[in-house]
Amino acid sequence: MEMLVTALICLPFLWAILPAVIHNSKLRAFFVYLGCGIVIVLSIVTAVQWYLAGGQALDFDLPYSGLFDEVILYGDLLLMCLITYLSFKYKRGVISLLAIVQTLLVAGLEVFGPELPAQPALHFDWLTLIMILIIGVIGSAIGIYAVGYMHGYHIHHHKELTDRRSFFLAMIFVFFGAMFGLVLSQSLVWMYFFWEITSVTSFLLIGYTRTEEAVANSFKALWMNLLGGCGIAAAIAVGILGYGTVNLYDIIANAIASPADMLCLLPIACLAFAALTKSAQFPFSGWLLGAMVAPTPSSALLHSATMVKAGVYLLIRVSAAMADNYVGNMVALIGGFTFLVASCLAISVSDGKKVLAYSTISNLGLIVACTGCGYEETIWAAVFLVIFHAVSKSMLFQCVGAIENTTGSRDVEDMQGLASIFPKLACILMIGIAGMFLAPFGMLISKWAALKAFIDTNSVYVSTLMVMFICFGSATTMFYWTKWMSKILGASPREKSRDLTKKNEYISMFFHAVLVIALILGFPWLSQNVLKPLTNSMFGTDVQVISYQNIIIMIVLLVGIFVIPCLNYFMTKNQKAKQVITYMGGANAGDNMSFISSTGDAKEMHISNFYMEDIMGEKKLFTPAIMISTFIIIVYMIIVIGGAF
Amino acid sequence: MISSRVITAVCYLLFAPFIIGLLDGFDRKISARMQGRKGPSVLQPFYDLKKLFEKEFLTANKIQLLMIRSYLFFIMLSGVIFFAGFDILLVVFSLSTAAMFLILASTSTHSPYSAQGTHRELVQIMSCEPMELLVAVGFYLAMGTFNVNEIAQGQMSPITFLPGFFVGFVFILTIKFRKSPFDIATSHHAHQEVIKGVTSEMVGKEYGMVTLAEWYENAILLGIVGLFFINSNPVSIVAAIVAILVVWFLEILIDNTSARVKWQLMLKLAWGVTIVAAGMNLFLLEIIRG
Repeated sequence: MEMLVTALICLPFLWAILPAVIHNSKLRAFFVYLGCGIVIVLSIVTAVQWYLAGGQALDFDLPYSGLFDEVILYGDLLLMCLITYLSFKYKRGVISLLAIVQTLLVAGLEVFGPELPAQPALHFDWLTLIMILIIGVIGSAIGIYAVGYMHGYHIHHHKELTDRRSFFLAMIFVFFGAMFGLVLSQSLVWMYFFWEITSVTSFLLIGYTRTEEAVANSFKALWMNLLGGCGIAAAIAVGILGYGTVNLYDIIANAIASPADMLCLLPIACLAFAALTKSAQFPFSGWLLGAMVAPTPSSALLHSATMVKAGVYLLIRVSAAMADNYVGNMVALIGGFTFLVASCLAISVSDGKKVLAYSTISNLGLIVACTGCGYEETIWAAVFLVIFHAVSKSMLFQCVGAIENTTGSRDVEDMQGLASIFPKLACILMIGIAGMFLAPFGMLISKWAALKAFIDTNSVYVSTLMVMFICFGSATTMFYWTKWMSKILGASPREKSRDLTKKNEYISMFFHAVLVIALILGFPWLSQNVLKPLTNSMFGTDVQVISYQNIIIMIVLLVGIFVIPCLNYFMTKNQKAKQVITYMGGANAGDNMSFISSTGDAKEMHISNFYMEDIMGEKKLFTPAIMISTFIIIVYMIIVIGGAF
Repeated sequence: MISSRVITAVCYLLFAPFIIGLLDGFDRKISARMQGRKGPSVLQPFYDLKKLFEKEFLTANKIQLLMIRSYLFFIMLSGVIFFAGFDILLVVFSLSTAAMFLILASTSTHSPYSAQGTHRELVQIMSCEPMELLVAVGFYLAMGTFNVNEIAQGQMSPITFLPGFFVGFVFILTIKFRKSPFDIATSHHAHQEVIKGVTSEMVGKEYGMVTLAEWYENAILLGIVGLFFINSNPVSIVAAIVAILVVWFLEILIDNTSARVKWQLMLKLAWGVTIVAAGMNLFLLEIIRG
């Protein structure tokens, strides 16, 4: 086990050197495939071995633990220097202050602070298992997709950009290593180090194209994520000075043991704050939207499937310490508010990637709200959503990326009738969208559990507000997904044309599609054998979250949604029908695509979706949303910090 | 116990269209009298439906038929979940899944009028959905369960705890029943502005199936109205039926005394009423529960 985990963390870091130094396109692609293959196999083997060993939580150390401590200390300082150098190079020196302060704080306490008792640095349990599988399997599939996508990106579409594919692919491997490290660490110092690496890789990948917009957005992401890093640094400081430990699980146990003591709650609040920035919750959502300038694989990998999940992961970890207290209320309110506002904003944008970005923020909001509630049902729902969201959203991003490479546009309005032009891409897009919001998929189950839990929450205000957020948020969520779906399925004015999507892109996308369907079919099994042990070990109880009866109904719904349309397709296939043209008040020009205009000649008809910019527009909602959420965070942080001292 | 639940569900599948169709017939009659006309026979909706199914099948896109059949199926499934006494939250989710099939059916034709109707229909769904979900939440708060059969067996009628939810729900029923002033996605009469909105391109049996689906859906909605009044005392069933008839008459009255509004106003009104009526009720219930 120790060897496997060591390999899991270290191998991607070392493997990153290969794509970085090999510049022959074919050879580099081979090594990337091989690397991704090894990561998938390693993560699955680790997971299976642990599962077969009985699924008991493990605490252990890496071999040469002392050496790793040294590496991490110098690594922290190295990252600080890198950030300082880059921020001065691009004339944003102020940002380096954030990095310097937190790194010196952590490093100083480590070197000069009180001696800490030796404890194992790593921890492996059910949640780790799920995260490792998500990172290993989904992440590697995106890695495979990236090779083909980046080829098309540079060769066909962006000839003006410098080809830095070696750097891009190397960064992806660095990121894998950091994510594995992050979810396995139980020492906050280790976690902090890996956390910072993910922030920096995200920053570097967003700035990949080095255009002015990309650089500006990358620094926006950097400072927000560094601010989150400050949260972890503060938690480390409180941990060392307050109770002489940097062990995440000790800190959580402390907070649970004395719920009234604000000093015990303080590190939890700091960690929660860090997690909120990483998960791009309001008021920190701006960085994720800006991150959409990065090439699609990095959007899929970092900004939807895995890195933003690091924040959620941390929240799920500490959720038991957040049940019915100020920190939990803060997290739940921010999450619920983000869920609603981001889904409203998603209605008003037509750029496909931006819709996906807002929906990611919105979904993360729902997960965050679930964790803030801190009940068994909501944690169950949150983990469920994490799994479903990772798979569906990474598939959607890849699909939109492929559509953009093929048609030259990622605007939803330009996807009219995609089903008849590129049926394969449309099919993947439909499965992804269905996986995101339709009954009985992930969202529904989670909303069901979350609503039930929020009604039972102790605080009256939080409970009422959260129920309202979820009810309104699910209405707006339905709106933007359905209108996108209806665009894809409609008739198209264009002829069938050549699909430029590469084979390896399809391999990854079909793999995801199969995974989504497998997850849906395997949902009762997953609930029974993975999620139930997870919540049970976390809360020490044995509760059936969802009743047997409801599982049956959901399975009926599920079968319905796949089988009924198919069945109806075969039953109506041979139906005799007289083909007619649509009603246009008599102004048809012979087909459904054009009409006779007032000048007397035929004009192509465009049908546009509703965007409601004057009600839900970014101009109208974004700034007030930032203000309200900043207010919530400041008020609750003051309550906790003030209570502690 | 179980067999009575099965019987209710089967009765729903068999008789709901007849009851709602008949109510629809009386609706036309009463509306006509309000407007000083004689009005058609009360059986007219059934004649219309029969005629629709006998028409030649014309279509602009054959996918439409598939979608409409799925729409009908999911509405019936939601009704079965409701009348067999299962989870009311799942009924709401299942209804919104059904609605999606109607949307997809309508947009598949690339027709300007049905596209306009579709988007308005989407706005209508968005206006109603928060209130529908909140009703489920309200029942849970009042009776401690989402299961319809347990809600119906309570000591007191849920309405005693949920007056605000009831007001909000009756408000959105006007939108759900496609009654004026909120008949913006499609109205009962082909109208200059909306033609037939979301159903513009549905002809013959397609339109027949949509009508049938709407009848099934209205049965669920009226069933929810009744659920507000039912308790373990059998007399409450009479109260529920009276309540349903009163609400039904109120909707006809509103239909005949108001003019269509724009969708922006509808959205604001629906959400406003939901927040004020249901939100206040929710807040107070939470306080009472502690």
